[in-house]
Amino acid sequence: MIVLLDVQNVHKSYPTEEGDLAVLRGVSLALDEGQSLALTGESGSGKSTLLHLSAGLDRPTSGQVVLDGRDLTSLDDRGRASLRRGSVGLVFQQFNLIPSLTVAQNLAFHARLADRHDKDWTGLLADRLGLSGHLARYPEHLSGGQQQRVAIGRTLAARPRLVLADEPTGNLDEDSGDAVLDLMLDLVAEAGAALLMVTHSRRLAARLDGQLTLEHGRIA
Amino acid sequence: MSVRAALVAFLLLVNSAHGQGFADLGRDAEGFAVPVPGTAFDFPRDHGAHPEYRIEWWYLTATLTGADGRDYGLQWTLFRSALRPESGEGWDTPQIWMGHAGLTTSDAHFVAERLSRGGIGQAGVTIDPFAAWIDDWRMESQVEEGADALSDLTLTARSQDFAYDLTLTATGPIVPQGDNGYSVKSDSGQASYYYSQPFYEVAGVLDLPGGPIDVTGQAWLDREWSSQPLDADQTGWDWFSLHFDDGAKLMGFGLREADGDVYTSATWIEPDGTPTPYGDGALELTPLATEEVAGREVPVEWRLELPDRGIDIETRPLNPQSWMDTLFPYWEGPIRFSGSHEGRGYLEMTGYQ
Amino acid sequence: MIRAALSALLSHWWRHKVQLAALMIGLALATGLWTGVQAINQEARSSYDAAASVLGQDQLDRLLRADGALIAPQAFVDLRRAGWLVSPVVEDEVRIGGVRLRVLGIDPLTAPPAAAAVDLTGDGDLAAFIGDDRLVFVSPETAGRLPSDPLTVRLSDDLPPGVAIADISTAWSLLEMEGFSHLLVWPEQPYGVPPLEDAAPDLVRIAADGANDVGRLTGSFHLNLTAFGLLSFVVGLFIVHAAVGLAFEQRRPMFRTLRALGLPARHLVGLLGGEMLILAFMGGALGIVVGYFVAAILLPDVAATLRGLYGAEVSGTLRLDPGWILAGFAIALVGTAVASAQSLWRLARLPVLAPAQPRAWSMATSRSLALQAGLGSALLLVAGVLAVFGHGLLSGFAVLATLLLGAALLLPAVLMALLRLGASFARTPLAEWVWADTRQQVPGLSLALMALLLALAASIGVGTMVSSFRLTFTDWLDQRLASELYVTASTEEEAERLRSFLQPLAHAVLPIRSVEARVAGAPAEIYGIVDHATYRDHWPLLQGRDDTWDRIAASDGALINEQLHRRAGLSIGDVVTLPNGWSETVVGVYSDYGNPTGQVIVGLDALADRYPDLARLRHAVRIAPEDAPALADRIRDEFGFTMRVINQDEVKRLSLDVFERTFLVTGALTVLTLGVAAFAILTSLLTLAAMRLPQLAPVWALGLTRRRLAWIELARAVLLALLTWLVAVPLGLLLAWLLLAIVNVEAFGWRLPLFVFPLDWLALALWAMLAAALAAAWPAWRLARIPPARLLQVFAHER
Repeated sequence: MIVLLDVQNVHKSYPTEEGDLAVLRGVSLALDEGQSLALTGESGSGKSTLLHLSAGLDRPTSGQVVLDGRDLTSLDDRGRASLRRGSVGLVFQQFNLIPSLTVAQNLAFHARLADRHDKDWTGLLADRLGLSGHLARYPEHLSGGQQQRVAIGRTLAARPRLVLADEPTGNLDEDSGDAVLDLMLDLVAEAGAALLMVTHSRRLAARLDGQLTLEHGRIA
Repeated sequence: MSVRAALVAFLLLVNSAHGQGFADLGRDAEGFAVPVPGTAFDFPRDHGAHPEYRIEWWYLTATLTGADGRDYGLQWTLFRSALRPESGEGWDTPQIWMGHAGLTTSDAHFVAERLSRGGIGQAGVTIDPFAAWIDDWRMESQVEEGADALSDLTLTARSQDFAYDLTLTATGPIVPQGDNGYSVKSDSGQASYYYSQPFYEVAGVLDLPGGPIDVTGQAWLDREWSSQPLDADQTGWDWFSLHFDDGAKLMGFGLREADGDVYTSATWIEPDGTPTPYGDGALELTPLATEEVAGREVPVEWRLELPDRGIDIETRPLNPQSWMDTLFPYWEGPIRFSGSHEGRGYLEMTGYQ
Repeated sequence: MIRAALSALLSHWWRHKVQLAALMIGLALATGLWTGVQAINQEARSSYDAAASVLGQDQLDRLLRADGALIAPQAFVDLRRAGWLVSPVVEDEVRIGGVRLRVLGIDPLTAPPAAAAVDLTGDGDLAAFIGDDRLVFVSPETAGRLPSDPLTVRLSDDLPPGVAIADISTAWSLLEMEGFSHLLVWPEQPYGVPPLEDAAPDLVRIAADGANDVGRLTGSFHLNLTAFGLLSFVVGLFIVHAAVGLAFEQRRPMFRTLRALGLPARHLVGLLGGEMLILAFMGGALGIVVGYFVAAILLPDVAATLRGLYGAEVSGTLRLDPGWILAGFAIALVGTAVASAQSLWRLARLPVLAPAQPRAWSMATSRSLALQAGLGSALLLVAGVLAVFGHGLLSGFAVLATLLLGAALLLPAVLMALLRLGASFARTPLAEWVWADTRQQVPGLSLALMALLLALAASIGVGTMVSSFRLTFTDWLDQRLASELYVTASTEEEAERLRSFLQPLAHAVLPIRSVEARVAGAPAEIYGIVDHATYRDHWPLLQGRDDTWDRIAASDGALINEQLHRRAGLSIGDVVTLPNGWSETVVGVYSDYGNPTGQVIVGLDALADRYPDLARLRHAVRIAPEDAPALADRIRDEFGFTMRVINQDEVKRLSLDVFERTFLVTGALTVLTLGVAAFAILTSLLTLAAMRLPQLAPVWALGLTRRRLAWIELARAVLLALLTWLVAVPLGLLLAWLLLAIVNVEAFGWRLPLFVFPLDWLALALWAMLAAALAAAWPAWRLARIPPARLLQVFAHER
């Protein structure tokens, strides 16, 4: 197995008016291709920060994040953006769809941004996600579960090697959350992508290949 | 310059477009008078203007020698051109006057030009006393009662870069050209009234950028008026006025035709003033050498043959670049000639494109 | 990548069409008013240049008679025969079929090449020009207005409007005169021509005027227009800034998503820059169309103004010119860049993980409010310093600019203070809430309110100036035009006959004689007058002495007009230097509105001594006012058309007409600016409407109907407009004072007293409140009809 994501002894602190606040204090983890890993912990334990660092959205204060063989800490904004575009898919708690684009446009958006839009694959995803009847609508007309499915479809349409999901069902009720999660896990497995998912639900975490728990910025 | 084309049209190249056909005996279609053969000159009346004719000129050229020993040439011309065959007073008179002054040295050629309308006093010709003028350029008679008005003249002209002031005294009579003053210009009958005073002795002062120079020499005055001087297919002319060293004079011209033929005419004038006119073909003109002048090829050296008088001469210009850069541009400058005879003269060439 | 990202960015505008419309309208108005003013200026300037060069006046010296009389034709011939290369010109105005035509008679045979006004190279053109005594050349525009009947009209594209070129003899018959206005002097003269004093003793030589008199005279007028254009542009930019800022704030989540999905920050900024470029081009194109129509509509009035005020002919039709079209695009781009620079700058520095919610972008902190107020006060200080120590027209306008900008920046702080004051009178909880909530809205509306402030202040300032001017001008006309009739003869003989004709009929016949001369280095006129009660009782003296009129009567001293007084710094007791070593002591200063040049008045005898050949053609006639028309008719009957008789009433009517037209354009621009400000309020309110739901929802939940809330919103907008107006009144008065005391003095050379017109201000307050009510009506109407579910969402989505 090839290591896709390798996080080594990462520290992250934010400056505040009362001095630096350490959020991560020496976290290491490794994720192989095709593997799925749940990241759990209390609010403020540093789950989201670790996810953001893994996506190259932010830089660690110290330590290394190697994604697909490239050291994110040594890349500039442009390089990290390119890696994100090409290799990473992000699913947020807030869905973060583009409100002025239709469902179909949102689905294709990341793939088009990465210059690898595959109409058939996107169509298939739309079918699987139950969105075929809503393609011409705007996100604001969809329910939360439907919006999150669009976000998942958008991510997978770009065929990322690593999917990073931050509480993807946090804004959904339990039933639709479970349905969305099932779909996501199936599709991620089908696409052969690795998955790192932040969740505070142990029930959900148990459904992934492995799980890590963060406590006060360290792996418990 | 805005008036150029218009002036060319009605000043010197007035031809078939205007004067086609005779509407009446002695009148053309627009009411202008046309020359009739066998008309005697009436002096001093004919020294003055003839507003019923379309065009007219008082044309004086002088070949001079300066106190510095160098050759000079000068020209003073007053043209009259009529829009309609009327004279009259005031600013709506249909008569237009044009003055040309030229002064030639071996290395420079000065030109000036003036325009005026008739009827307001800015330009014109009076008969008694005789005076022809435009602005402050003047040709004025200085004679006592009785003598011909043109036999004693003063002549002045002035421009931004030169001026001259001469006195002219005629040593011979006025000479009619052609058939007693009726000068035929083409096979189809175009003609003008034409007389000359070729016998002037000249003295005076030239004002040049280098300073004033006293000069002496000879001068020739041509008087001509007409309403249709050229035929439609005539493209220009080469005109000679020659002072022979022995006191004889020769006027000769060739009118070039579009097909390459040349219509020539000449008058041989004895030192006593007796003229002998020669019709087409008697005088032969052959260009010998051309020079580029103002962007065109102009024949500045000529061979003249008048076998009847045993004349076979070649002419050379004092300054090949004697170009009159006026509204209607032409070549006009002093020449010397040698061969069977020697002497000095003036050459005018028009119509070279 | 680029295409996908750009289409996502642009899709925002597609979904927010009102916002796009606001941006487009803002840009179009800003660009349009500016471009329109520029187009007018350029059209005028090219007309001046054409007029100045039509006969080469800009390159050729001229000869004319010092007394302004016509030059006799013989004098021209004499000069030519003396060797001088000169060419005659006769010039005057004539009405042909009701069309005013400036006829220029020339002599094509002697005209210098620089004065070749028309092309006569065509076959027979010259013959026709000289021979056809009804042939005139005019511009196609002028030809369109001319009746064909008495004239043979030929077209020449190069001619300025209202000018006809004809042969001398044609011009004489059209103008019914015989003589020359002036002679053009060839730049090079022949060898040794006699001195001009010998050749033509009564002619003076005037140097070629490369600077173009009309351009100089009208410069201040165009600067005025430009300042107005700039004001409109700035007000338009407020709208653009608001729309752009809103669009950026609303798209912050989108920007974050784009970044998260892998769009590099630099690309994002670049794309947004490109988007602004596209929008600027669209807005600019729209603005140029607007500008064209603004200019086309205003140009005839501007042309009339310039003709009346300065005698400058300006084409009444607008030509499309690549110059101002390009300038229009440029200004649209610059404007968009200025309006979006701040947003782009913030975005470029925005971390990917910054909060994605629309921050209350407009909710400036109290610190930034204080900063803004500080900056405003500093600008006011600069304005004060400039007003005291500055010189020149540009400095005058700089004072205006800093004053207006400083006041605008101070406005939010002032409004806050006023609202706090208002809140202290609140007695009910609802009233307290309204006052507090209004205060909270001030930062969001501040840009729009600043625009309103500028528009109101400009309206008050300009209105006050115009009304003050009108009042002063009317009084002055009554004083200055004391005589009932003004009669001008065309020859000395006629004038002599006129005087004996009038002797038994009029109470007095006062000769008026004048020469043109250079005084204190600038063109001026010197008038000679006789001693008469007409002057003693009526002349509008600004400064005088007890013996002023005695001194003038004794030909010992001179009166000068206010323009000369200010420009040359001459006052009573100073010595004014006149031509040919003549000098006089200043014994008085009089006001001379509407005249751009300097003027000197001396005793008639003093003038006659210096200029013995002066023509005595002009006369002022005193008679009982009711008898004046009859006398005018008698003079016309007796002397025919060559005698010019002008009735005092006609002059006054004409002058006031000119005056009204002068400020018509300014009035139109003021109204337009007010409209733009109202639009700015509308867009700001629309922007705030969505953001204010969280503030309104709790009040609604506590029992206020939506209808009631909508009314409160409307009232709030009107209240803010009213408060802004309160600030605008003193600002506008200050503006008026600056215009009258600084700008007018620099531009025209006269200073006017300030009169206030409070009723006009009240009317303006009503207009401002109406504008605010109209602007707030739609947002309020939407609020009144908002589905309760939307309000409930506020609680559901509580963040």
